Amino acid sequence: MQPRNVGEIEDADGVGEVGNPVCGDMMTFYIKVNDNRLADVKFKTFGCGAAIAVSSMVSEMAKGKTIEEAMAITNHSVAEELGGLPKNKFHCSNLGADALHKAIEDYLSKKGQVAKAKGG
Amino acid sequence: MRKVYLDHSATMPLDPRILEAMLPYLRDIFGNPSSLHDWGEAPRQALEVARVQVARLIGAQPQEMIFTGSATEANNFAIKGLALAQQDKGKHILVSAVEHFSVLNAARTMGKLGFEVSQLPVDKHGLVYPEEVKRRLRQDTILVSVMHANAEIGTIEPIAEIAKVVKETGAIFHTDAAATAGAIPLNVAELGVDALTLAANQFYGPKGVGALWLRRGVRIMPLLDGGIQEGGRRAGTENMAAIVGLGKAAELAQQEMSARQEHLMPLRDRLIQGVASRIEHSYLTGHPTGRLPGHASFCIEFIEGEAMLMLLDARGIAASSGSSCTSRALKASHVLTAIGLPPELAQGSLVFTLGQSNSREDIDYVLEELPPVVERLRQMSPLFAKFVKAQKGGK
Repeated sequence: MQPRNVGEIEDADGVGEVGNPVCGDMMTFYIKVNDNRLADVKFKTFGCGAAIAVSSMVSEMAKGKTIEEAMAITNHSVAEELGGLPKNKFHCSNLGADALHKAIEDYLSKKGQVAKAKGG
Repeated sequence: MRKVYLDHSATMPLDPRILEAMLPYLRDIFGNPSSLHDWGEAPRQALEVARVQVARLIGAQPQEMIFTGSATEANNFAIKGLALAQQDKGKHILVSAVEHFSVLNAARTMGKLGFEVSQLPVDKHGLVYPEEVKRRLRQDTILVSVMHANAEIGTIEPIAEIAKVVKETGAIFHTDAAATAGAIPLNVAELGVDALTLAANQFYGPKGVGALWLRRGVRIMPLLDGGIQEGGRRAGTENMAAIVGLGKAAELAQQEMSARQEHLMPLRDRLIQGVASRIEHSYLTGHPTGRLPGHASFCIEFIEGEAMLMLLDARGIAASSGSSCTSRALKASHVLTAIGLPPELAQGSLVFTLGQSNSREDIDYVLEELPPVVERLRQMSPLFAKFVKAQKGGK
């Protein structure tokens, strides 16, 4: 198990947290956006081997993509990239894509607020 | 790479002496013990030798032993068979909250068939209190089942004290001793129970064979109907090789029990102390002293059990866990829930069960490899990151 992109981004443009430790799976995604592209993606995961693999895969798939392309990453495409997941681990793949999307939504809403503040 | 097996509660390796004892029954001595001709003679005798060997292990009479295909079968037989046989006296069944699924689910099935099942709570160590049993016993309670020890947290239950309380009523008292028979000395008269479950693969015997001990005079409805094997109580041509293996395993366990305990306990304690001193935010689950001789179970905070098992497996170490992800049903351990652990801490469950093949070098190897595994998973964990930030913020 050698996951890529483990960590946090101090001045992240967007942060997305999903899941909860009670269920045994929790992921936090951090993104840095440049020119509508995900310049950097980092994550932290509390969960099983599949959860760690999924979040690592999502971070790899999302890096360098445009916002739109990253939002199009689905649980299904993640599972495919991993070469399939056992049925009882499907929920782990759901979490990965959801956490990424939440981070992007966080970025978009912040951007919207900044644009509002500027535009008045 | 060093390979260290520390999952003995899942199953144990077959002792070579037991394999030797079993082989003839897989080769030339193939007869059916029920056969009237000469081919049945040797198996018939071997069956009764095994019966005596197992009975001796638990201080019982040979004719009170019923061979089964597993501890799960023995538990199903006990719960269903005893309840059905006593149902004219009442329909209330008491089981502890930390029983093995074979007891809990069998009881649940009886609940669907018109019986009423109540659960006995446990304290933070997993102990059932006799007073709690007394409080819940009713006029119509016909069956109580409390395990002798729990394989997930290692706690040994006060069966004799509970039996005293149960004896004040007419209820039957069954104990699942799969984790204790062959591991610690036990005597059915001293325990005061009416029925007891055991399994061969928990004391170096083969898989696929266990036994239900049933005190003479206690009525039970058979689970398996058919031929008249086991005194008409458990039909089916006997698994001779496995039963011979069970008998031999019982004999060896009885002879070597003190030596085995003396071997296991220092290793267990070394592991427990080692984890406590090397891994911060780790907690021992189960009773600190009243626990199985080879059992070391922990909860490691901020990380998840299955991920630990995977990383340990990559380092040649086999262990177990009660986390949700390690259960196919994705439910957190009912045992850890029953002892009141916060759910996120229960997810960090890590269980080591030692055996005769383990050495001090094995334990030291684990103590070397586990801290970096924990460290690595904590580096990945948002829970740990939050904890660290909160600590810094506090200062």
